[in-house]
Amino acid sequence: MDYKPVEGIIGRYQGKRTALISILHDIQDHYHYLPEGVLKKVSARLEMGLSNIYGVVTFYKSFSLVPKGKHSITLCLGTACHVQGRGKILREMTKLLNIEPGETTRDKKFSLQVVNCLGVCAIGPVMLVDGRYYGEMNSLKAKRIIQKLGTNKGGGKA
Amino acid sequence: MRRIRTVFDLEKWKREIIAKQGQYETEISVCGGTGCHAYGCKKVKNELVKAIRKNGYRSKVRLKFTGCRGFCERGPIVTIQPQGIFYQRVQEKDVPAILSETVAQGRVLEYLLYEDAVTKRKVTSEKDVSFYQKQQRVVLENNGLIEPTKIEDYIRIGGYQALAKALGEMTPDQIIDEVKAAGLRGRGGAGFPTGIKWEGCRKAPGFPKYVICNCDEGDPGAYMDRSLLEGNPNLILEGMIVGAYAMGAKQGFIYVRHEYPLACRNAETAISQARKVGLLGQNIMGSGLDFDVEIAQGGGAFVCGESTALIASIEGKVGEPRSKQTHTVIQGLWGKPTNLNNVETWANIPMIIQQGSQWFSSMGTEKSKGTKIFSLVGQVKNTGLVEVPMGITLKEIIFDIGGGPQNGKRIKAVQTGGPSGGCIPAPLFDLPVDFDSLTQVGSMMGSGGMIVMEEGTCMVDVAKYFVHFLQEESCGKCLPCREGLKRMGEILEGITDGQGNGESLFLLEELAQVVADTSLCGLGKTAPNPVLSALRYFRPEFEAHIEQKKCPAAVCTPLIKYAISQGGCTGCGACQKVCPTQAIAGERKQPHRILAELCGKCGSCRDICKANAVLVQ
Repeated sequence: MDYKPVEGIIGRYQGKRTALISILHDIQDHYHYLPEGVLKKVSARLEMGLSNIYGVVTFYKSFSLVPKGKHSITLCLGTACHVQGRGKILREMTKLLNIEPGETTRDKKFSLQVVNCLGVCAIGPVMLVDGRYYGEMNSLKAKRIIQKLGTNKGGGKA
Repeated sequence: MRRIRTVFDLEKWKREIIAKQGQYETEISVCGGTGCHAYGCKKVKNELVKAIRKNGYRSKVRLKFTGCRGFCERGPIVTIQPQGIFYQRVQEKDVPAILSETVAQGRVLEYLLYEDAVTKRKVTSEKDVSFYQKQQRVVLENNGLIEPTKIEDYIRIGGYQALAKALGEMTPDQIIDEVKAAGLRGRGGAGFPTGIKWEGCRKAPGFPKYVICNCDEGDPGAYMDRSLLEGNPNLILEGMIVGAYAMGAKQGFIYVRHEYPLACRNAETAISQARKVGLLGQNIMGSGLDFDVEIAQGGGAFVCGESTALIASIEGKVGEPRSKQTHTVIQGLWGKPTNLNNVETWANIPMIIQQGSQWFSSMGTEKSKGTKIFSLVGQVKNTGLVEVPMGITLKEIIFDIGGGPQNGKRIKAVQTGGPSGGCIPAPLFDLPVDFDSLTQVGSMMGSGGMIVMEEGTCMVDVAKYFVHFLQEESCGKCLPCREGLKRMGEILEGITDGQGNGESLFLLEELAQVVADTSLCGLGKTAPNPVLSALRYFRPEFEAHIEQKKCPAAVCTPLIKYAISQGGCTGCGACQKVCPTQAIAGERKQPHRILAELCGKCGSCRDICKANAVLVQ
């Protein structure tokens, strides 16, 4: 694995321990997850115990220790989306991709996440696909978006 | 970019900007809020850029990509000044007509106008749209007027004048007195008087001091902080600089949720521009004030909205709260005096300084001054951000601004205060909305989420939703919250599964009380509110689940049965196609029926049926 970008990222924050969360975000943006080797590197450079870093990584939901799929699907479970019927969409998604929230399909095409609010409540239920927001979703629309993205070859858990 | 060294520099620059921008005959503003993004506003904007260039309008037409205008449900929104024309649901294909008809010839395109939800009349101007009529937009006002990534736009409308006044004419104590006299209370939910908090931080011994802007808007159903930081980041910065001067802080942080990437980007742009022109950094406007702001990002933890957890998170630690025996204004970030305010609170500061505490306190009620932004969402016709004076009734917000229920259904309740608040039933809708009245009825203002629920919402299910939400978000540090919420969730799960018994409600109430009394931080202390308020106003619904094993709103799957009305069914076969378990039998053009033993109760048949023949019992 190429560790070069890690140096650059830590350097951007002057190697400050307090910037740990921002550093981890940047690393995750680069590698799409937090590889163990990279975390060891961070631990050495920031002179912080690996266990402390692991604690932070597992506390915050945004971080992932396993590789993510090519397409990221995030479903909002906020109150407004809940009362507008998001439950059905989640059921449809887990059925279609054959994975549970937090998991990635075996072919590494899709990752499914749920989040407690995306802050686009006026147009709920909301789904975020690869950084793009889709409002007023229903299970049919959601299915179409996924199928368009990469056909329904989700198949099996990672 | 130039540097502002004195108040006169600011004035001069403002005049120059006005002169320069005055050359445009027309201003087209495209709303660039996240809601409008979902509807494709960026495509509309790009198309306008191209079309303006192609038609040779570049010297005549100014195109702005503004922040959120609030009426997200009708996005993408485009307004045209000076005529004040309000177009909604604009798509790429509408762009040529906007330029050739409206801009070139002043003709209004009827099909892009908003149709009033109540009167069914087409409305041309934004101010005549019923959604905006009863609002008093003072904090949100400029969101639609400026481009958030251009500091010049903010300066043009009088930005940083409050800072100039504060630095030039006021002492720190005078500023704090002004904020106190205004009666501003924290907009994050607790409603603590801002001036008193500031005074505490100013008087606290220790150096350096910090100010923090809390944009960890975890409250599901609320998004006003996001819209403010996305749409008008300089307003927040100006508030923070004034606060830093009043409290003697040298460093500020804006803590933004990771889920809000656009807010992060726009705030970063605003900070770097403010640094370039000398509004952040050393010796701001020649006053001797040194102050800078950094962005800190969250990581998707709801509890980090709590002040001590947020501070731990900025320090790069796990976001666990601590006991607040020593308040954060005495010992906060890195053990130093720290003042933390919500985005909307900071956004009110420049106005108070500029227009005076008397002006500010003329709005609102006796104990809750000013305006409050609510996100009016859920099952109501007009959804979006509404800013209203404190003291307006729930009825006015939901029916006059929100246009009442969708699809002619009856509104049952409104949920305020997020997971710390509660559900207020329709008979109490004459209640004036302010900090104290909402607390009295067992809910709270919170950060301003207002989720309208119609008769098809099950209140037991809503209570269960919030308990599950909080159980998941509990950091696990203290036992009552960690274990108590889990058990409360199990009891509620039992009730919605039809396993509830005579003891369930008693246990639930007792446990709720213990969690509220003994939890460490605000998350646990207020966690039982959604359950207790639901029990207070909707007890018969709980009892129906337990005693008759029925869900009156037909939501809780184990307690409902689907059936097809033999008289209503046209035999079209649509439900047969969508049923995932092949549980629908019947010949074409003959009434269908549901085979109960195969039915997975997913409701797909009910969604697809055009004849409304699928019944829930």
